Amino acid sequence: MKLKTDKLINHILSIHPMAWLIGALVSAVVEWSVGTVIAYSIGLSDGIPPVFGLSLIFAKPLLIPSVILYLVLVYLIPIYVVARLLSGVVGKVMSRLPQLASIAVYLIMLYAVLEVWGSLDDYRLMVLKLIGIGIILTVSLNLVNGWMGEFSVAHAGFMAIGAYVSSIVMVWGFVNDDVFGPAVLPTSWAPVAFPIALIIGGIAAAIGALVVAIPSFRTRGDYLGIITLAFVFIVQGVINNLNFIGGARGFMHMPPLSSLTWVFIWTLLALFMIQRYVSSTYGKATSAVRDNESAAEVMTVDTRKVKIIAFLTNAFWAGIAGGLYAHMMGYINPGNFGIVMSVEVLAMLYLGGLNSITGSVVGAVFYRLISEILRPLGLYKWVVIPVLLILIMIYRPFGLLGFQEIKLPTFGRKKEVPHAADAD
Amino acid sequence: MPLMQINHLTHFFGGLRAVHDFNTTIEMGDLKGLIGPNGAGKTTIFNLVTGVYRPTEGEVIFEGKNIVGKRPNVISDMGIARTFQNLRLWTNMTVLDNVKIAAYSRIKYGLVGAFLGGNGRYEEERMLDQEAERLLKMLDIDKFRDFKVSNLPYGIQRRVEIARALMVRPKLLLLDEPAAGMSPAEMLEIMDVIRMIQDELGLAIWLIEHRMKMVMELCQSIQVLNFGEVIAEGPPDAIRNNPVVIKAYLGTVVS
Repeated sequence: MKLKTDKLINHILSIHPMAWLIGALVSAVVEWSVGTVIAYSIGLSDGIPPVFGLSLIFAKPLLIPSVILYLVLVYLIPIYVVARLLSGVVGKVMSRLPQLASIAVYLIMLYAVLEVWGSLDDYRLMVLKLIGIGIILTVSLNLVNGWMGEFSVAHAGFMAIGAYVSSIVMVWGFVNDDVFGPAVLPTSWAPVAFPIALIIGGIAAAIGALVVAIPSFRTRGDYLGIITLAFVFIVQGVINNLNFIGGARGFMHMPPLSSLTWVFIWTLLALFMIQRYVSSTYGKATSAVRDNESAAEVMTVDTRKVKIIAFLTNAFWAGIAGGLYAHMMGYINPGNFGIVMSVEVLAMLYLGGLNSITGSVVGAVFYRLISEILRPLGLYKWVVIPVLLILIMIYRPFGLLGFQEIKLPTFGRKKEVPHAADAD
Repeated sequence: MPLMQINHLTHFFGGLRAVHDFNTTIEMGDLKGLIGPNGAGKTTIFNLVTGVYRPTEGEVIFEGKNIVGKRPNVISDMGIARTFQNLRLWTNMTVLDNVKIAAYSRIKYGLVGAFLGGNGRYEEERMLDQEAERLLKMLDIDKFRDFKVSNLPYGIQRRVEIARALMVRPKLLLLDEPAAGMSPAEMLEIMDVIRMIQDELGLAIWLIEHRMKMVMELCQSIQVLNFGEVIAEGPPDAIRNNPVVIKAYLGTVVS
């Protein structure tokens, strides 16, 4: 059995990763053109299964055989056939490209696959965007909970600040609103202003993070955890009592600008910047604070600066994620950003793995897919996910990929993964 | 001007007087010993000098500047590095990273380089790599470069800690019981290491140690501490035969 899985993995790895991506794109195009026909002809009366039929597992178990057939016909066969056929050619072409071009080709292909696959169904698109937002949240929380070894549950609070501030900026600028008056700027500027509004939201969240970062000079562990918990309640309480932004009724009318493109770009930026940081000696000092703070101090590490940077970065990205979330939903209320939201991010983090960039991605994707499976169960989701977390904590205390990275394909001519390029 | 001069250093933990009126002078190139029974206040003095504690009274003049009240990272950046009695390495990191991080205050690429990368950072990391590798080679642990520290034997970890302290580029190195928990053979090795460091780098070393052989053979002058006070001071031979020191270590005969 073990031998067989090894063989399978070796076979998968023997095909060029780019060929797999091309296969995925072909399969997405196939689904886009004839997916509906195939779905109806094999008895899927609701049409194309939105997210691999995951939500049907508990809702309509009788459809599972048809769903599997659909997955084989539309995904497995086209992907495998195309990947197998093109592997050799693609390998040759890719090995001639310079490193930067190679990375760009990968990213463009990945984006194309997501765009085509997501364009079929609004629900699918929402899942993709939530995954992207989840990745930003997880990788940024990883900086504090993983690399710095503190336990922060403040992420929902930072998200709330980012969401509200960026929404207010956008509504004030581009929407005729009762409270904020008529639009200040022409509507056509909105798409350009959107990233700026997100960054303003992120900066506001980072300023809010000082409330947590400054106590962290003197407190650690559980006590700091309690401070971060208090922070979430403070933010919720303040928003609840601010009537001009709707209080507990929530805030709306922000333009729905969180397109898949923006989510994709911000996710890449977050991954890139945090990966760069934790692989520099400057950023590794964060882990020196985790492993032994007093030793870090007498080895020239400015521990206060390290902590401030970690908390502010973590909050900035949570704020960006909050802004993306707000402009995706079109409506936010303080209830969205309670402790449950923080716990969801923690679940993604501990599923995926502490101290791991790829682990953060895996965690966010994995958590979202499990959520889709469990969605028909309603509240029971909150029984199953904690049980899963307990199991992971028992068998993999640092998460599935704690302290390790998935090896990415080598890009272009250089025989180095860019991650490790100037890291160590 | 001496490298470091400590005047009337006194420290209280609550009502407990841990160090009382401690004075010393260390010149560049000195190898000075600090001995005394357990609980005499030796490590406390190291903690006071490196800024971990703030002394109740007294001053520590390093290269003409009073460093009392400065934060530990500032003091280490000025050129005082130390090792710990109980190892305090960053156990989840590799040997190389452990050594490189001690160059934190010298890194120039700053936040922008850290978050975005770039050629400056690449160059600088390469220089740090080379410097760290030189130190690893000097301490004969270069083959453990990419090992996680927690997987290494105790004696090697001790050497990693010394390498890390040297990465600070110290003018004064404080060694807190570098031979603790070592076999006699390992102790002889570490003595060679200490001699070699001093020969090659020409820095001053201040040594706390319980193993008399080591202190007597290495140090030019020794101070003996008991209950926070210096009870004897002088070259090894004078200390060895000093009745006060013998009494502090062995106690008196009960009659």
